[in-house]
Amino acid sequence: MRYAETGFQLEVDLSKGSIDIVETDQRETESLLGGIGINAKLLYDRVPPETDPWSPDNLLIFGNGLLNGTCVPGANRVSVDTIAPVNGLMGHSLMGGFFGPEMKLAGYDRIVIRGEAPDLVYLAIHNDKVEIRDAKHLRGRGMVDTQRLIKEELNDKGVWVAAIGPAGENKVIMASIDCGNSSAARTVGPVMGAKKLKAIAVRGTRDVYLAHPAEAWEMCSRLRKELDANPNVGDWMAVDEDDSFHHNNFSWGNARTRQKNYWSEGLEERWRNLKHDHMDRWTGCWNCPKSCHNLMQWPNRRKFSYKCYGKDTYHMAAFQELDFTYEILPIAMDLGFDSYSTPQVIAFALELLEAGILTEKDFPGMPSDVRQRFYYLLQKIAFRDGIGDVLAHGVSGAAAIIGNGAEEFDHNTVKKFEQLPVKLGKLNPAYFLMIATCEDMAITQIEGSFPQDPIKDPKLREEFIKNWISVPDKKFHEWFRQWEKRDQLPDQAMIEISDWNECMHYLDDSLGLCGFVSSFRGQFGGTTGYHVWNMPQIITHTLGIEFDKDKLWEVFQRNRTLVRALNNRLGLRRFMERPPEDHWAVRDEEYEQQLLTKYYDFKGWTFDGIPTKETLEKLDLGYVAEDLIKRDILTGDEVTALKDDKAKKEKE
Amino acid sequence: MESKRKKTKIIKDIKVDTKKCVGCRACEIACSAFHATPKYSSLNPARSRIMVVMDETRDIFVPIRAGEYTQAECNGRNRYVIDGKEYDECTFCPASCPSRGAFREPDSGLPLKCDMCENDPPVEVPMCVDACTFDALIYEEREEEVEEVKEKREDDMELAFKSLVKKHGLKKVKDTFARLSKG
Ligand code: SF4
Ligand code: SF4
Repeated sequence: MRYAETGFQLEVDLSKGSIDIVETDQRETESLLGGIGINAKLLYDRVPPETDPWSPDNLLIFGNGLLNGTCVPGANRVSVDTIAPVNGLMGHSLMGGFFGPEMKLAGYDRIVIRGEAPDLVYLAIHNDKVEIRDAKHLRGRGMVDTQRLIKEELNDKGVWVAAIGPAGENKVIMASIDCGNSSAARTVGPVMGAKKLKAIAVRGTRDVYLAHPAEAWEMCSRLRKELDANPNVGDWMAVDEDDSFHHNNFSWGNARTRQKNYWSEGLEERWRNLKHDHMDRWTGCWNCPKSCHNLMQWPNRRKFSYKCYGKDTYHMAAFQELDFTYEILPIAMDLGFDSYSTPQVIAFALELLEAGILTEKDFPGMPSDVRQRFYYLLQKIAFRDGIGDVLAHGVSGAAAIIGNGAEEFDHNTVKKFEQLPVKLGKLNPAYFLMIATCEDMAITQIEGSFPQDPIKDPKLREEFIKNWISVPDKKFHEWFRQWEKRDQLPDQAMIEISDWNECMHYLDDSLGLCGFVSSFRGQFGGTTGYHVWNMPQIITHTLGIEFDKDKLWEVFQRNRTLVRALNNRLGLRRFMERPPEDHWAVRDEEYEQQLLTKYYDFKGWTFDGIPTKETLEKLDLGYVAEDLIKRDILTGDEVTALKDDKAKKEKE
Repeated sequence: MESKRKKTKIIKDIKVDTKKCVGCRACEIACSAFHATPKYSSLNPARSRIMVVMDETRDIFVPIRAGEYTQAECNGRNRYVIDGKEYDECTFCPASCPSRGAFREPDSGLPLKCDMCENDPPVEVPMCVDACTFDALIYEEREEEVEEVKEKREDDMELAFKSLVKKHGLKKVKDTFARLSKG
């Protein structure tokens, strides 16, 4: 009998029309936990690097975090992973809400999709009854209708439907996969479209077992109450209407203009009313005592819900006010667009028009009003009409196609992926490392455990340290104590801060925990819900396999290294690890490169950012080392970065 | 024959505030875990005696507790309009009835009913109320005068068993008893 997990994964080949329920090996759970870890292993084992991400041989995997569907509060993230067409590297996106737990209740830890259906289909899962059904009648349908129609067709209101909209069907790079109030927004939607899979409908009525019932339940009930009472977890943007942080610090338009004094009390009051006059309620995710989604009703629109910084992206890209976001979001989301990258793509296109790189002829019939222009471009992109067909490649892809200087306007991507529009003054070394080396393509997927800024008042600082139980080692206390200026800490501290931040995200993404109650929420207030001290106990009591902090940390290192090796095999190298050149106004190339070398060395990677044979073997990834050697990516004799001659030269 | 006497009894009730429900399903999880054998050894909202009727596209979030089993579908098809929102005919109905899959053991199809988490020693508040951190479920106790009822006797049990067999067939009932007594 398996606890916490079901021990089965569903494997569907849409080309062959085959459906297999496959028992999995519990040793793999012990070494990789689940979510991103096991997904990365499947991608490594089954998708050779020469595979075209658009081809049927690519996989699209919905992998439950190990704890999803158990009594652990806030455990509901399913890792949706693939080889991403945007850049040919591993694409990783997280979906909260209810889809993952429902998969678990249906009996599956994971759904692995291969192949490409001859025409549009959807997958209907009710426990072990699994069908590939015709979805031609859903072609061109938006998210809301698709989910409703499938529920009606299956005559079951308890079904959860993860779907793509027209953007996904048309393989737009910025397409998302949505289910209820949640979405897997980054890089994965177009692959679902390429597979001609309109949706997956899941309904489960099976038991999920807990290994140590009394202990697991006691611990989870306590945690639920702690999370409920803890103001530092959940999404402050759901309740706090002071959003000066994003509006004064982030850049508007095509990540271009900062408006440092934008925010005012009057504005806050006006926007508070705007929100609450149009809000039905907050909604939550499976088994979480926080409620981060705002369910809205805007005039002449269907109900929609948004979360976090999704509240800002459209109006900031268009230099408008909040009402613009509220009016456009329900339409953009229904078309199946990710609200992080899409507004940037549109702002980029409008900048090119202004600069004369694109001309009026490229936008036939486009209204002059900026709001209407956004609607116009959403439609063009979703249905790949005219210039929309080009913009559907995302900022980097479109810039390469347009040429003629358009590349200069692609100034906010890393590894071809749109970043948060942050443009600052002085280099922040820890952030340099995280943005450069992050393979989840966004800083929010790596930062979060160590505070963003020092606390200057010694009394407040000590108070903070006293309550800061999540630190994996006392040395973080010391570094925090000596920290006065944001960019000034020893290199070793910057490296280990980045490492710990990353560790928490990898553990969350393997366990299914939401970053808002865990990895992302240590930085403000320091009292996040989950950390390396309570996670092992939680795993032990639910899974029934003994874990401690060291064993857990090693899983992080294994999963992190596996993702890195997978990406190295797909072509990731040191030269690609660069934050946008204008991310900070003041840069120091030499220092940055030395820091990067030290970071690689700390990670046990080569000068080129590839895990060495020794590093791989230490983490039971010998099979990866062998494969990388066979493919001439490693010789097997490499040393870690600092011992490399190139590093010595760097120093001179 | 005993004479009927008046006696005060504690009536337990759970008040639902649908405006506060966020749809997290913690109540369903807690209920099913509490009623698992052994306690908390598994969870499964399909076995829960509370069910959250949820439709985000219409802002409907209604937790309902399972009431009595009814053998026949009712013929009332009411539509409720509350605060401008129209609710399905069955949204507020607590019955385990043949017209829908709600409130039935998923493997046996046997009806489920809320028992206010009867337990020895008694729980402080029912599990769903304890799990709901949003105050959408509020536990209330009040005293009421009721006519004293005799304790259930063995032959009542037999009668109940027979009626279950009549409703569900011997195999289903036996399977369920077997499953329940396994723990
Ligand atoms: S913290 Fe918010 S986003 Fe995260 S699981 Fe809870 S309700 Fe969902
Ligand atoms: S626990 Fe409370 S808020 Fe959550 S679904 Fe149940 S009634 Fe609603």
